[in-house]
Amino acid sequence: MELLVLVEHRRGEIREVTFEMLTKGREIAQKTNSRLNTIILGKNIRDKAEVLARYADRVLMIDDERFEFFNSDLYQQVLSNIIREVKPILTMIGHTSYGVDLAPSLAVSLNIPLITDCLDLDIQDGQLTAVRQMYGGKIYARLNVRKSESYIATIRQGVITASEGNLKGEIIELPPPDIVEPVKKKFIEYVLPKIGEVDITSADILVAIGRGIKDQANIPLAEELAKTLGGVLACSRPIVDKGWLPPDRQVGSSGKTVKPKLYLALGISGAFQHVIGMKNSQLIIAVNKDPNAPIFNVAHYGVVEDLFKIVPILTEKIKELKKKTS
Amino acid sequence: MEIIVCVKHVPETAEVELKIDKTGRDIEKSGLVFDINEWDDYAVEEAIRIKEKLGGNVTVITVGSEDADSTLRKCLAKGADKAIRITDKRINTSDPYIIAKILSKTIKEMPFDLILTGAQSSDDGYAFIGPALAELLDIPHVTLAKKIEFKDRSVIVNRELEGGLEEVVEVELPALITIQTGINEPRYVSIMGIRKAMKKEIKTVSIDDLGLSETEVGIEGSWIHVSEVYIPSIERRAEFIRGTPEEVASKIIEIIKSRGVI
Ligand SMILES: Cc1cc2nc3c(=O)[nH]c(=O)nc-3n(C[C@H](O)[C@H](O)[C@H](O)COP(=O)(O)OP(=O)(O)OC[C@H]3O[C@@H](n4cnc5c(N)ncnc54)[C@H](O)[C@@H]3O)c2cc1C
Ligand SMILES: Nc1ncnc2c1ncn2[C@@H]1O[C@H](COP(=O)(O)O)[C@@H](O)[C@H]1O
Repeated sequence: MELLVLVEHRRGEIREVTFEMLTKGREIAQKTNSRLNTIILGKNIRDKAEVLARYADRVLMIDDERFEFFNSDLYQQVLSNIIREVKPILTMIGHTSYGVDLAPSLAVSLNIPLITDCLDLDIQDGQLTAVRQMYGGKIYARLNVRKSESYIATIRQGVITASEGNLKGEIIELPPPDIVEPVKKKFIEYVLPKIGEVDITSADILVAIGRGIKDQANIPLAEELAKTLGGVLACSRPIVDKGWLPPDRQVGSSGKTVKPKLYLALGISGAFQHVIGMKNSQLIIAVNKDPNAPIFNVAHYGVVEDLFKIVPILTEKIKELKKKTS
Repeated sequence: MEIIVCVKHVPETAEVELKIDKTGRDIEKSGLVFDINEWDDYAVEEAIRIKEKLGGNVTVITVGSEDADSTLRKCLAKGADKAIRITDKRINTSDPYIIAKILSKTIKEMPFDLILTGAQSSDDGYAFIGPALAELLDIPHVTLAKKIEFKDRSVIVNRELEGGLEEVVEVELPALITIQTGINEPRYVSIMGIRKAMKKEIKTVSIDDLGLSETEVGIEGSWIHVSEVYIPSIERRAEFIRGTPEEVASKIIEIIKSRGVI
């Protein structure tokens, strides 16, 4: 049997999710006695193909300037043909901004069942099963995919630990494909994040607020705690979405990755997209009303309480302490 | 501009202790408060803003039971012109491929320039239905939009990538765009406003009306099947600090002092 992993790369770098998928792919390949293929589309990518050859049995490569930038329209046309030819039992694509743009329409056009945002996968007797999260990570689900000769799955980034590659895969350069269908979508440019006035990635202490802060008027309460601790205020995405804090304060997959000495999470549920940006903090203390909030699975210390009862007292006590010691 | 927005009526679960139901395949939903999916709220707002600028109509569509009418009413109160609910006991509403098929059958018969969906649903979180629907309708799509601008017969969209990066793409109309949170500030509607929208009609459609059969919309036509749901086993459970707020605050200070943080 054949397995296929789509390489994700951007601005000259292979993205980590690729190696995570290749690690899972190798595991499934060994168990099912399959061949692990990986495919990379891009411009001037020979060096990347050489790196990838350590991780797969076969590296399929299309080096063509039309693929300089990701475009799901183009990728869909090319991948449809490759999948029809290689006939992989499973095609893995990252559940990323690229993967979510590509996988659903690719699967529908090929009429191959797709399961998205998988944390784990298994194939037994030709049957694909997957583990996913629901309800913002509060619930896990085990799913069966309709029995098929071919499946597509998108894989959540940052869940599988990528291992080093030790294979000597074959690199196969494929000829530039014909693009038959009109491409109705065009890449124009990247927009880089604006450089803000504070850099939360260099702070030792972060006080991070989430939707539990309830109102913009309550933000000074957390700001005061952050200042008293000598730290900086950070936040989860909804706070930025509401315009209460600027984007440079956001922690998570679409924000910043931080590793402070202390991360104090106030009223943050702990959705995966947030946790991926702060789970490596040295000390995590979380305050949340809900004892089952997923944030308590990554926090070292947890307080199940209304944050408005804790924050003012904590600020006062630290002020007292600082007065004493100064 | 004829705009269609697909919306989902979902339970609010962020602050609730969830329980597994008798089937073991879903959560216990009784007692939960339902509302419009967060992403769809931004999509409806974006549609109404486009209509206010360029003229036209906004139609909201959902696949769901009668309970979902409250979400449709909320959209009408915000400024949507029409509402359609596809409802039928034979539909396996937990399969996103089925929902996409039903939406495409419904929309095929309607005039449209633009379809908006949420980037994902807050309950299932498949992030599947938008682009799948576009493919079934044979129109292009752009996911995770943070900004939309019109230029003749095309749209310039800023898509959100990872880590604060965005990319700008241009797509021809008609197109489907999935909306990411934060693209705008959804308007608030008063109870009075919702009450006024009670008079507006919600059109209901069955699968027979769409010419779909039970095999196409039931378990047989589904791609995925939830076999079991469970509360995650804890990998690294926090040590809980208990006591009065005073005591808790003192213990937090002890911990951070002992770690040399302050
Ligand atoms: C593509 C994509 C990218 C994303 N990127 C990011 C990202 O970079 N960063 C990010 O954070 N999110 C991101 N998200 C959103 C993420 O999925 C969650 O929706 C978000 O993290 C939830 O934020 P929250 O925890 O503040 O809010 P909620 O999930 O609503 O949680 C609020 C919490 O506050 C608690 N609470 C309420 N009141 C109180 C009180 N008085 N005292 C104590 N606790 C209280 C509740 O129990 C609850 O747990 C992304 C989503 C998508 C789809
Ligand atoms: N039952 C439904 N009825 C109408 N639209 C839906 C339904 N379920 C999902 N959608 C739309 O599809 C988007 C993505 O959902 P999902 O693929 O489940 O993450 C949502 O934001 C909605 O816009």
